[in-house]
Amino acid sequence: MQRRNSEGAFALAISSPALLIVFGVVLFPLATTLAYSFMNMELISADRGSFAGLRNYAEVLGSEAFWAALGRTAWFTAASTLLETVLGLFIALLLNETFFGVRFLRTIVLIPWAIPTIVNGSLWKWIYNGEYGVMNAIMLKLGLIAEYRSWLSDPFAAMNLVVIADAWKMTPLAAIFFLAALQSVNKATYEAAVVDGAGATRRFFSLTLPYLAPTILIVLLMRTVEKFKAFDIFYMITKGGPANGTKVLMYETYLSAFTNLQYSKAATYSYLFVIIIAGLTALYVRALDKSEAGNG
Amino acid sequence: MTNFGRILATAAASLAIAAAGAGAVEINALFMKQAGYSEADVTAMTEEYAKANPGVKVNLTFVAYEELEPKILAAAASGGYDVVLGDCVWPPKFSKAGIVLDVTDRLKAVDVKDIFKGALDSVSYNGRYYGMPWLNDCKYLFYNKRMLKEAGFANPPATWEELAAQAKAIKAKGLVKYPLAWSWAQAECLVCDYTAISEGFGGGMVGADGAPALAAPANVKALEFMVQSLADGLTNPNSTEMIEDNVLQTFVAGNAAFALNWTYMYAGAKDPAQSRIAADVGIAPIPGSASRKSATVNGGMPLMITKGSKNPDEAWKYILYLSSKPVQKKYAANALPIWKSLFDDPAVAATNPEVVAVSKIQYDYIRNRPQVPYYGELSTELQARIQQALLRKTTPKAALEAVQSVALKLAAKK
Repeated sequence: MQRRNSEGAFALAISSPALLIVFGVVLFPLATTLAYSFMNMELISADRGSFAGLRNYAEVLGSEAFWAALGRTAWFTAASTLLETVLGLFIALLLNETFFGVRFLRTIVLIPWAIPTIVNGSLWKWIYNGEYGVMNAIMLKLGLIAEYRSWLSDPFAAMNLVVIADAWKMTPLAAIFFLAALQSVNKATYEAAVVDGAGATRRFFSLTLPYLAPTILIVLLMRTVEKFKAFDIFYMITKGGPANGTKVLMYETYLSAFTNLQYSKAATYSYLFVIIIAGLTALYVRALDKSEAGNG
Repeated sequence: MTNFGRILATAAASLAIAAAGAGAVEINALFMKQAGYSEADVTAMTEEYAKANPGVKVNLTFVAYEELEPKILAAAASGGYDVVLGDCVWPPKFSKAGIVLDVTDRLKAVDVKDIFKGALDSVSYNGRYYGMPWLNDCKYLFYNKRMLKEAGFANPPATWEELAAQAKAIKAKGLVKYPLAWSWAQAECLVCDYTAISEGFGGGMVGADGAPALAAPANVKALEFMVQSLADGLTNPNSTEMIEDNVLQTFVAGNAAFALNWTYMYAGAKDPAQSRIAADVGIAPIPGSASRKSATVNGGMPLMITKGSKNPDEAWKYILYLSSKPVQKKYAANALPIWKSLFDDPAVAATNPEVVAVSKIQYDYIRNRPQVPYYGELSTELQARIQQALLRKTTPKAALEAVQSVALKLAAKK
């Protein structure tokens, strides 16, 4: 008994630095942010620090800017996640085959993913540059455009170009996940299917896809949450422009806090964010449970 | 000396420095890495100050412009930094948010009449002062001398109408595809260009009574001018995604006849290593209209003392030193002084004769972006709405009326 107590004390002693850090840099800011969302923390306001009840939430939810930003965020999330999953699947199927150089390909396919988002953003900003961008050069050579044009000047086009920039970086991650799942597939099942006369398409839809379902769900979950939080790529490529066309929730939150000194509004955005992401996660987890139950 | 000996010597030297610094007053100062006085300049100024004031130790931090504001916000209350460099649009909101000290009384000992009015105005809010102007800057009209000459123009335009006419002629002659390049991306630089243009048209974003006047007829006219220049193919369509650096790149590549930019573009455009048009660079006051001869936008940066500073007196002494006439004169090559009297000094005039000559005129027409505490939100709204007009998603009038209604709401908030 004596000994167990001292073990407990020792455990507490050695974990206290970690606990302190978790409390100081995770829990404390989380709690403060939650408190701010119920207060008036607009720094330039005369009654800063006063209790605001649900007013911040009412204001944000009643503002057109919030819903517009939510819509843009949803589009970005859906479009880029879909693109990455589909492309990732194709790349994984290709890399799952045995041919000369496949090992080399499997290695280099990860390079875009290893590039920091800031660098990736900067890279694509130059590619899209209307004066010197390589995109203009290539499309002109291919005869797709008659003259150099400005790519990031149209709000919706700019959003979709950011989707492409993001998918280029993140598709490899999805591909590697799928590849890992494919590698553990029982080859005998496929051989049996071939003997039974199932074609490649049939094998893909009846065997590969159901087998990959849990992995696809995990990738979807991870990527959706990540996409929803996207900020850096927008900061690098478009800064929310043109005409607010790429102003996603996180960018709006950033502007509220660091340009407009509206800490309470930024906190409210952040917590609405948490609620949305928690909802999405719950949906996916339920789907994951179902698919696993189905498999078992 | 052996490696070991070198290490020992370095260690001894740093010990000596540490000992000298012990017991001294420490000031932490936050500066910017970009344009104007370079990092080396500020370090040299500070070393000179430390030499003359052995009891004071100044620690310098340099960050990118984008990092300045978050750093100031995070450190102001605790006094993590005593002296901070800020943008000229921040003093009103910083003063209202209680982030920086009121220096009105301290400024009484300073010959403020000799400071350019535009620079001084940028640190004032409600009749009080919240900083000392330091880095002096405004936008100018840059033009390609060769293109103007080949199109038959002896002088740069004096009005916006004239500029459009010259641009049309230059385009018609095939001298350049898009004669005008602007920093019209959705960012602060868009509001800078818009301030210069709208003020030049006789407009202004704040009325004489201090109330928002975003949708004033002259402002609408200015925005219509901007939209029309795009429609006429005079303005480079990439302008809506360009910031100042892109304007510089376009101009030095010979892809523009006219461009607005800060002083730093002069050095870049004149440098044959990065400019194809080094011999053709012209600089002039920004055009105006029948109602106003010229207007430019203030891009100066003041030094401020944070509210949490433990040594505000020492901080102020350091600020006064950095902005003093001898220091500003010595480092005039990278940033022109805030002091009017220095412009008649032959040593200052010699640093950059063409720029000094133009700035003597231009500084009389410096306008500030709205000096209001809610400027951050106003600017965000303005950028988006102006872009909507530029991209033909709405009309100039409707865009500015929308900003006006937001501004009225912001102004009414306590």
